[in-house]
Amino acid sequence: MLLLTQFVALPLFLYARAYFAAGSAYFWPLAGFLLAGLNALFLSADLFNLYVTLELLGLAAVGLVAAGGGAQQVAAALRYLFATLVGSGIYLLGVALIHGAYGTVSIEMLTPLVHVDAPRAVWFAAGLMLIGLMLKTALFPFHYWLPPAHGGAPAPVSALLSALVVKASFYLILRLWLGPFAALTTAAAWLPAIMGSAAILWGSWRAIRALRLKELVAYSTVAQLGYLFLIFPLLGADQLALQAGGMQVVAHGLAKAAMFAAAGVVIQVTGRDAVADVAGIASRLPVTLFAFGLAGITLMGLPPSGGFLAKWLLIDAALVRGRWELVTVILAGGLLAAVYVFRVLRQAFLPPPSGERRRVARRPVAMLEWTAFALAAASVLVGLRGMEIVRLLGAGA
Amino acid sequence: MSTGLVFACAGALLFAMGVAGVVLLEHLLRRILAFNLMGSGAFLVLVGLAQRFGIADPVPQAMVLTGIVVAVAATALALALARRLFALTGGYTLSEDGDD
Repeated sequence: MLLLTQFVALPLFLYARAYFAAGSAYFWPLAGFLLAGLNALFLSADLFNLYVTLELLGLAAVGLVAAGGGAQQVAAALRYLFATLVGSGIYLLGVALIHGAYGTVSIEMLTPLVHVDAPRAVWFAAGLMLIGLMLKTALFPFHYWLPPAHGGAPAPVSALLSALVVKASFYLILRLWLGPFAALTTAAAWLPAIMGSAAILWGSWRAIRALRLKELVAYSTVAQLGYLFLIFPLLGADQLALQAGGMQVVAHGLAKAAMFAAAGVVIQVTGRDAVADVAGIASRLPVTLFAFGLAGITLMGLPPSGGFLAKWLLIDAALVRGRWELVTVILAGGLLAAVYVFRVLRQAFLPPPSGERRRVARRPVAMLEWTAFALAAASVLVGLRGMEIVRLLGAGA
Repeated sequence: MSTGLVFACAGALLFAMGVAGVVLLEHLLRRILAFNLMGSGAFLVLVGLAQRFGIADPVPQAMVLTGIVVAVAATALALALARRLFALTGGYTLSEDGDD
């Protein structure tokens, strides 16, 4: 996870340097904070430290969303702030109950202590912590804050948030699920799967209907996050589902960063944000559109991309467990993703509306285009070297 | 019921009130206050539960101290954003977009 963070963050920072050429005083310190929070979160080993890093991450992310400065961004940031505060507050109450029950918050010491016959307070605490984290991951019923926040923020910020920040709390859920709460959670594994399925269908539907380009990409994040939660009922000794989840995190992180980056270039060049306005960019921004398309391939799960590998492993795991309904959802999700990606691509190849001669306002900055392209290419290429990555993930887990 | 447990129960009650406030209220300042109430509730539970056998434990108190710092930072950020929103729109409520 650390590796992924740095891999995604580096090109994005290069991208941001070019994007904010005019100067944004707030972006750099906040992005530094964000990265510090992420790294600390992946390295922490006790529940309370995790709370502090979660808050650090949340506050930095809110600051980044608000850095745009407009009324809409500030409103989105405030909504995001309340969501993340409630999420981590609920998590904190869970930590308090755990500490009250066992007198320790170290994950390592808790793991052998928690049994199926644990006191009711512990069950309650586990539920609270997981719900708090799901709120921060924007799982389906709690996703309301994500599209305005991610869609309204400047492009490099959206990319950072979608690719990394939501993954951090997912990583925590997975870690708690497999670690201290493993004894408690097996009974409730279908719940995240149902919510994940609903997220895939609803997120894709909203992405298909979205009018603005970044809104489309943000709803696609909601949908792709759903896949991550499908793995919970499939977790087992054979590690298939875990590998699928890890692969999906990597592939989606890279692809979504690329997609937001590409969307940022399009918006900067055309000066507009509507999906209908991308008409004609195919001839003007070939590299960007190619990056968008490659990222789309990963999201749809076409071979040989990383997304394909993730979905393949996921379907494999579902078949091994005989969970046909999950296979259906995964396949339907892929089709819906194809619909919203092609919606953009189709528009892009249409000729620009004849009446108005588009002001070719700004030449695209090469740095912006190529970093987006590099991220997208990486998201596809991880599929080719998939087994090495899966092994690396296995070593890290 | 020891004093610690009383504190913990009061904390849980405060926490529930805080969550309800953040979710249900409209005015931003009230929601920020409700968030603080929520945080205080969680801290009370943390300290109260640790003290229910009458022995003070320094670890949760240190945690609460850290938590208070975090809560102050969060409140400051929320207030700054709320002021900015007021300057931009002249209101202290988040307009509902009507979706979801």
